[in-house]
Amino acid sequence: MSIDIETAARVAKLARIKVEEEDLPALAGEFNAILGFIEQLQELNVDDVEPMTSVTPMRLKRREDVVTDGNQQAKVLANAPDAREGFFAVPKVVE
Amino acid sequence: MSDLNKLTIAEARDALRKGETTSVALTEACLAAIDGADALGAFAHKTPELALERAKAADARVAAGDAPDMCGIPVGIKDLFCTEGVPSQAASKILEGFLPQYESTVSGQLKDAGAVMLGKLNMDEFAMGSSNETSVYGNAVNPWKAGNGDDLLTPGGSSGGSASAVAADLCLAATGTDTGGSIRQPAAFTGTVGLKPTYGRCSRWGIVAFASSLDQAGPMTKTVRDAAIMGRAMMGHDPKDSTSADLAVPDFEAMLTGDIRGKVIGIPKEYRMDGMPEEIEKLWHQGAEMLKDAGAEIRDISLPHTKYALPTYYVIAPAEASSNLARYDGVRFGHRAKLAQGDGITEMYEKTRAEGFGPEVKRRVMVGTYVLSAGFYDAYYNRARKVRALIKKDFDDVFAAGVDSILTPATPSAAFELGKEVSDPVEMYLNDVFTVTVNLAGLPGVAVPTGLDRQGLPLGLQLIGRPWEEGDLLNTAYALENAAQFVAKPAKWW
Repeated sequence: MSIDIETAARVAKLARIKVEEEDLPALAGEFNAILGFIEQLQELNVDDVEPMTSVTPMRLKRREDVVTDGNQQAKVLANAPDAREGFFAVPKVVE
Repeated sequence: MSDLNKLTIAEARDALRKGETTSVALTEACLAAIDGADALGAFAHKTPELALERAKAADARVAAGDAPDMCGIPVGIKDLFCTEGVPSQAASKILEGFLPQYESTVSGQLKDAGAVMLGKLNMDEFAMGSSNETSVYGNAVNPWKAGNGDDLLTPGGSSGGSASAVAADLCLAATGTDTGGSIRQPAAFTGTVGLKPTYGRCSRWGIVAFASSLDQAGPMTKTVRDAAIMGRAMMGHDPKDSTSADLAVPDFEAMLTGDIRGKVIGIPKEYRMDGMPEEIEKLWHQGAEMLKDAGAEIRDISLPHTKYALPTYYVIAPAEASSNLARYDGVRFGHRAKLAQGDGITEMYEKTRAEGFGPEVKRRVMVGTYVLSAGFYDAYYNRARKVRALIKKDFDDVFAAGVDSILTPATPSAAFELGKEVSDPVEMYLNDVFTVTVNLAGLPGVAVPTGLDRQGLPLGLQLIGRPWEEGDLLNTAYALENAAQFVAKPAKWW
């Protein structure tokens, strides 16, 4: 498995991280080094193994489906880069 | 009393209760030490006023006879913990200016117990790194130096600031977090004790998430006794973390008898690595002899899937990171990039994340994105989860065969130079080769300083315990500590 520049660009896009054109070859090279390392996992036969979902066998706790918190608009917005009229503000999404 | 910052938690607690010192005096001694140690880069955000305020409140509690063990003890908090009203940015540019409106459960428990926060400690960005060189704050530096050399060494990572601060006596103890070895490797590099509890012991609520199925907070201290005291204060069930274990936390300190007669200590043959320095091999052997002399039975064991632990980790951790770090999008908190005319929301995400994340974080987020992407999910992510199950089974089998704890080296080398060019990211990942299995299997592990190498740098051994049996594990660590008699301290140069 080898990652080409096009795949590197696609992954960057999926991850929503802007990568300049000229940096893509180096990025593809790093991916290949890491994936080459990961490749060892293909040696093992894992046919009858269940993938791990929880490291300590436990059942997730359930709770009442009720409101436990709220009325904290100021706190919720306190760290927003751009908050207006009680909302998070972002660039226009719909035309 | 002189040199109050050099006390252990246990010594300070006892002195406070006897009225021989005050929390204010302890705190002032630490604050002075911190101000004189900027060269170590350990503290990223100092909170002296808050510390003195909490110290005064702690002194009042001690006077009133209402003082838990941690009351009045000055500690450092890793920057990964959200602390109310105090910068908490996971050493990342993307969280610049972020002021949490809430307190993480673990730091909150310490606060409620009366512990005094001195400030926030340096670390690798989002806890991704093994040398504390990926931090937006710059490197944290190891107070230890090799021989008469002048080279600055890494304190390890990701809890590098915590390790440096504890080793240099800037605080009595510190919190750390450990996803692949981030408590135990820095502890080993700095001659300190680092405990990673069983997964689920410490609540993850309010700790900036890296890889949620692996992350676990723990204490970084000067002694095993201190790890027992502080660990107990950090652990406990929290309904706000769905993976938090609803189990009682015993009094670990009371379990430190040093009596390990009849305990079975496993020595896994797979941890004998090619190219491992002879000194580490020797130290490992000596550690086994020490435990044997204390009455334990030493047994050779096999953990056959050990060599697959690192590649498994480097699928699972980036996959979980890519998911967790999706929240840094420039909308609700942290950094947002300046946008050009006509930029839409996608450009905002892409530019914000490109500016806000450092190279290692970007690399891991993208590797995670790749292994989770359509067509590769089964080949990488699902396969890694299956191998993880095999790695855990290795441990289940040896524990079922009667092994109480497992002794291994903590790191494949002593602390190395900062700034050493690492061209291959995989090379840096090898630092975690002895520690990462423990996270994958969710087990408790502790690094104990056991000796010095020929350059005078500390080396540590790791003990791995059964799930939920931190008390027994710490008692074995206590026996090792007693036998090793590690008392060396770094010569002050900073």
